[in-house]
Amino acid sequence: MAPRAERIALRNWLYGFAPPERGEIVLRHRRVYILPTRLGLLFGGALAILLVGSINYALALGFALTFFLAGLGLAGMVHTARNLAQLGVRAARAEPVFAGEAVRLRLVLASRAPYDRPQILVRHLASGAQCLADLPAGGTAEAVLAVPTERRGWLDYGRFLLETRFPLGLFRAWSYVEPEARCLVYPRPLYGPLPPWSAQATAGAARARAPGTDDYSGLRAFQRSDSPRHVAWKVLARTDELLTKQFSGEAAAELTLDWALLPAAAGVEERLSRLAGWVIAAEREGLRYALRAPGVEIAPGRGAAHRAECLKALALWSGAP
Amino acid sequence: MSEPRAAALAHPFAPEGRAVGARDLALLTVALALVAAPHALRAPGWLALLTLALYGWRWAALARPALAPARWMLFALALAGLAGVWLQYRAIFGRTPGIAMLLLFSGLKLLETRNQRDAAATVFLVWFLVITQFLYSQSIPTALAMLAALALTAVALVGFAAPRREPAANARTAGVLLAQAAPAALVLFLLFPRVQGPLWGLPQDAYTGMTGLSDTMSPGSLSQLIQSDAIAFRVDFRGEMPPRRALYWRGPVLWDFDGRTWRAGAADIARRGEPRDDPRAPDRHAYTVILEPHNRHWLFAIETAAQVPERARLLDDGQLLAIAPVRTRLRYDMVSLTEPRAEPRAEPWQLRRALRLPEGFNPRAVALARSWRAAAASDADIVERAIEFFRGAQLVYTLEPPPLGEHSVDEFLFGTRAGFCEHFASAFAFLMRAAGVPARVVTGYQGGDRNPVDGKLTIRQSDAHAWIEVFLAGRGWTRLDPTALAAPGRLENGLSRAVRATSELPLLLRPELAWLRSIRYNWEALTHQWNLWVLGYNPERQRELLASLGMPQPDWRSLGAALAVFLGAMIVALAAWSLRTYARPDPVARAWLAFCRKLARRGLARAPHEGPRDYAERSAAALPDAAEPIRAIAALYIALRYGAGAPPEQVAELRRRVGAFRPA
Repeated sequence: MAPRAERIALRNWLYGFAPPERGEIVLRHRRVYILPTRLGLLFGGALAILLVGSINYALALGFALTFFLAGLGLAGMVHTARNLAQLGVRAARAEPVFAGEAVRLRLVLASRAPYDRPQILVRHLASGAQCLADLPAGGTAEAVLAVPTERRGWLDYGRFLLETRFPLGLFRAWSYVEPEARCLVYPRPLYGPLPPWSAQATAGAARARAPGTDDYSGLRAFQRSDSPRHVAWKVLARTDELLTKQFSGEAAAELTLDWALLPAAAGVEERLSRLAGWVIAAEREGLRYALRAPGVEIAPGRGAAHRAECLKALALWSGAP
Repeated sequence: MSEPRAAALAHPFAPEGRAVGARDLALLTVALALVAAPHALRAPGWLALLTLALYGWRWAALARPALAPARWMLFALALAGLAGVWLQYRAIFGRTPGIAMLLLFSGLKLLETRNQRDAAATVFLVWFLVITQFLYSQSIPTALAMLAALALTAVALVGFAAPRREPAANARTAGVLLAQAAPAALVLFLLFPRVQGPLWGLPQDAYTGMTGLSDTMSPGSLSQLIQSDAIAFRVDFRGEMPPRRALYWRGPVLWDFDGRTWRAGAADIARRGEPRDDPRAPDRHAYTVILEPHNRHWLFAIETAAQVPERARLLDDGQLLAIAPVRTRLRYDMVSLTEPRAEPRAEPWQLRRALRLPEGFNPRAVALARSWRAAAASDADIVERAIEFFRGAQLVYTLEPPPLGEHSVDEFLFGTRAGFCEHFASAFAFLMRAAGVPARVVTGYQGGDRNPVDGKLTIRQSDAHAWIEVFLAGRGWTRLDPTALAAPGRLENGLSRAVRATSELPLLLRPELAWLRSIRYNWEALTHQWNLWVLGYNPERQRELLASLGMPQPDWRSLGAALAVFLGAMIVALAAWSLRTYARPDPVARAWLAFCRKLARRGLARAPHEGPRDYAERSAAALPDAAEPIRAIAALYIALRYGAGAPPEQVAELRRRVGAFRPA
């Protein structure tokens, strides 16, 4: 793919930056481009007509009008470039989504100037998702772009276009940024019945009834892996103690979500999808569950962090080592 | 699940997709009304009303969208308007019908303005209407009204670009833009290479409606002209102003008389005159004339012109003619000698022309003149007798002379005995010619109104005058003012004192309205400066300005270069202004960044996560020879950056060390 590499090098040279960039990207003047819009070209044509008319009829005020409009255009050009120049762009963390859902990519734009910057278009070039941001003087604004996802794994933010035509619409200033940021896309979940209890788990669960979250059985100290849903918020409000509500059988019910339990006929992606569906279901049921796949071995656990760990492992699964 | 791709997404700035709101529409309507209203007064009434109805329709459609017109209705309206204009003027092109069309289009355009692309087109239309206003008037009030319209369009454009922003903030932005446009406009106005127009033929009716003297004079023609308060020209004397009685502003010279009307005759048979100047004469006066356009060739100067302005010629009967008709305000420098100089030579054919009279008119005047000829010893004696006759004839100077019949001179001298200056001049010249003394009529202006505010002299159409010249042996052509014989006050006090109180005087000449006159004086002084510096700025003035700036022979190339330099400087200044608030990194950070760059050139770029200490250690390990300065600089930087303070001498030390740092 040599020509492609050359083209990338050429583009990097042309655009004045080598993607991806870390941290806050400041749009220096070097990378803010400006050209007249179609309206701007028409404006130029109108100026030419006004000028010729002024010459022909020797209209002193016609010249004044023409030149005043020309000055207006020049000032507008500087303002348009200013609306984008020295703007700071930082990628904010996007929440992971399941493949097929839209990930909400977030860019934080910082004005870095004592004037406001209205009407800045942010467009995700790969997907075409776009939104308008209005930055207050010296403040920041968040551009949230809903970008559809198709595949599990890391999704690079990719290249964004920032464009503005403020204040007169005669010029279009634009710039490109490619922040170094990515978001996680979990496999598209496929829901099915949870796998049967493993022997070990069944033995452990013998004392309890079938797993459930309905039967309240007491309070215990909060652990970080506990789901926020089970925190005794009322107690917290009363006593400042962070406690977790315990449900009968919960502590003991344990499930192993095993790659091997899925029919071999199913493809890799379908197996991952089914595993993801199990993780979601098990978490929803409030079970303790472990995840096992070729190269992946996650100890039993419960709660948002555990769920995220499992789903991330599935998202990034690339075969046995 | 998947969302539409880029191609399907409309660009949010696409003007087609943005509807026009009530605020935008209000701005556009007011701007259009400002620029269209003066045209509406000039257009036929039905067209003005139709346009107004179209504006109203647009607002009704804003309130109730069902009322919005369909395309075909707009088309039909346009056609109907076109037909109406054609019926009115029997023409579509030309200035007057063209402006009627523009007026109509302003209403139609507003009516069909739905999205911002239409709105932008309407903004352009406003600008074109502004320049058509200037065809009619370039006065200060017009300029201010048009500036207001321009400002409104700027606010509208900003509003289109930022519809969600506070209207007040948008108006402020527009104000800043306008303020920043002004210097660029000034530079362009002064330095943009000016070309003398026109570039192509102008419509036939481009210069109608200009008032001024004509090349004929018949009873009643001047007294109509002097009803006008309009300014003919203004004069700025460089030294002492000559006495008022010497202020004869010479215009067309009328040679040929047909019994009723005096005519100038063809100018091309006249010879070129040679101006005679006398630099040390006490009656020599230098002055500048700013002549209002009158669409004729004459340039006015005090008798007798001693120099000829550029692009003008002097005829041997003393007329000053511009090469081209004066269609824009013209400024020229003049020198005149106010005392008569004897110039006894004259062409015989000219004298014969100055004696020609039509047969069969004014028998009593002819008889009177012949009786003088029979009794007199010389031409000068005849002139004396005629003056005596005029003084004793009890002629009345009035703005409302009774109408005259076929024998106009007889009826005036022996019948009505009331007339205006053209009657006096015509009668006197007729008597002279009948008596065999060569005579010609000169029209022009007499006197003027000195503005006490700026000391300039204003000559109005109401100062129009006619006098005569007779050719006397040994003295040459000699001026005689028959009006002054009958109404001596005319020369000293102007028209208002000379005519009887019953005459209908122009408003501003009435003595009781002194306060109005003082306002008028101030206003005219301002207008004079406006005319001089704004409207009168033409290619010649530009050359003068550039010569005073040290460019004696500017061509368009050097002008373009100067313009580019000025505008470039202005954009740089604007950009600097726009970015003035970015603090440069402090000197400590700058020095550190320079240090990092030097190391980076040795392949030791600082990783983003690396602190100064780690970076220095890594660099020192990689470059053992430079380890000592690297550590020293890093330590100093850490102390200055994170320590309690940054004493200037230590900052200087850091900069010195970084400057001296040369990694091998």
